Amino acid sequence: MIEVEGLHKGFNGVEVLKGITTSFHPGKTSLIIGQSGSGKTVFLKSLIGLHTPEKGTISFDGRKSTEFTDDERRQWRREIGMVFQGSALFDSQTVEENVMFPLKMFTNKPMEEMLDRVNSVLNRVNLENSNTKLPAELSGGMQKRVAIARAIVMNPKYLFCDEPNSGLDPKTAIVIDNLIKEITEEYKITTVINTHDMNSVMEIGEKIVFLEFGKKAWEGTKDDIFKTDNEAVVNFVYSSNLFKKIRVAQNKESN
Amino acid sequence: MLGQVFTKPQKGRFFYGSLMREIDQVGIKSLGIIAFISFFIGGVIALQTALNLENPLLPDTLIGFATKRSIILEFAPTFCSIILAGKVGSYITSSIGTMRVTEQIDALEVMGINSLNHLVLPKILAAIFFYPFLIALAMFLGILGGWVAGVLSGLFIGTEYIQGIQMNFKPFLLVYAIIKTIVFAFIITTVPSYHGYYVKGGSIAVGKASTSSVVWTIVLIVVTNYFLTQMLLT
Repeated sequence: MIEVEGLHKGFNGVEVLKGITTSFHPGKTSLIIGQSGSGKTVFLKSLIGLHTPEKGTISFDGRKSTEFTDDERRQWRREIGMVFQGSALFDSQTVEENVMFPLKMFTNKPMEEMLDRVNSVLNRVNLENSNTKLPAELSGGMQKRVAIARAIVMNPKYLFCDEPNSGLDPKTAIVIDNLIKEITEEYKITTVINTHDMNSVMEIGEKIVFLEFGKKAWEGTKDDIFKTDNEAVVNFVYSSNLFKKIRVAQNKESN
Repeated sequence: MLGQVFTKPQKGRFFYGSLMREIDQVGIKSLGIIAFISFFIGGVIALQTALNLENPLLPDTLIGFATKRSIILEFAPTFCSIILAGKVGSYITSSIGTMRVTEQIDALEVMGINSLNHLVLPKILAAIFFYPFLIALAMFLGILGGWVAGVLSGLFIGTEYIQGIQMNFKPFLLVYAIIKTIVFAFIITTVPSYHGYYVKGGSIAVGKASTSSVVWTIVLIVVTNYFLTQMLLT
């Protein structure tokens, strides 16, 4: 479980996160949504330790990340999996080498065992027979699946995804969303996803945190989001024509 | 930055693999250009020296002597380093810079890997280890190029050129050249790494960083060359 308490972060005197308090639970996919510039990426990067918060605490199963010793921080890093927006695969390495990278760096397992683990996670993300390909030879969806495989190869307790389906066609985006949800439930991972894709919200949003101007404006489930009167959420959700039409239809039905 | 670069690698076997890859990238793949340029520049130095020695009282051995000194003291260590600054410096900045803008460095950091140590230390060690061999090869080929040019042009006699090479041989000048090479190898790898690692933006920013890293590396090499010469030879 991840608990965030009063998180503040700014850059060059400009406050980006203004006291966010929330929590994320194991086995559930939690989504952070909000418009561009709302602070989603800074929030996620603060969670994974790429930004140091100015105020507030982030606790991972009761362990405050701000109070980690160097050893604790190293150990904690191995409990984290991260899927970056652009996949962030090492472009000079093959799919197999990319996925094997954390195992080689942090374990002393024999090569055969590492290879078995790599093949097992590649099968889990439905990527067989791509071991020797370079990232440049893969489609966007396949790159995302390799990134997911690399993120889960060390059996992480916490999985973070930054816009995992950006740049993907709607069908592939749903495949990626469902894959993350299945993995989250299967391995009881605490998953936090940064997105502004309403399809993702509808597919996998078990908990949704809505950010606006660096503050938590709303939180709830995917069912709650269509019932809320919160103006900021309504403006965000119904900014798409498709959702506007759905709302009009819903209103007609209820009348 | 250097404090984080010079720490113990997290995994020795992995580091060894990276070191070998970097020796290939920054060293072995530079052999061709260095060999080609050294051979022809050596020839040009010998020809220019021969053409400018108009006084019949000056012996032809002076051509070999001047060519040897020019190549050992300046051409091989300094000008080859400037060539390497262009070739290797742009490679280092663009490869690390691309890793930065495509979040590959963030991915390393999230995994708990000291990215500066992981990416930069193998490059520094590869250059410091390999460049003295590269510069020694440049010296040999430069002097050989001078001999070939003389023999083919008929401007001087090969045996006199070889006598000139052997004249007034000072081993310290080789030590001086190697010291300069090691210092320049450090500059050639650290300055471009810095520009690549701290780049912000996208592909245009990486391109600009590559250009400025090469310029700054060359400036530093030239200035350091002046101070090292003053310190070691005067």
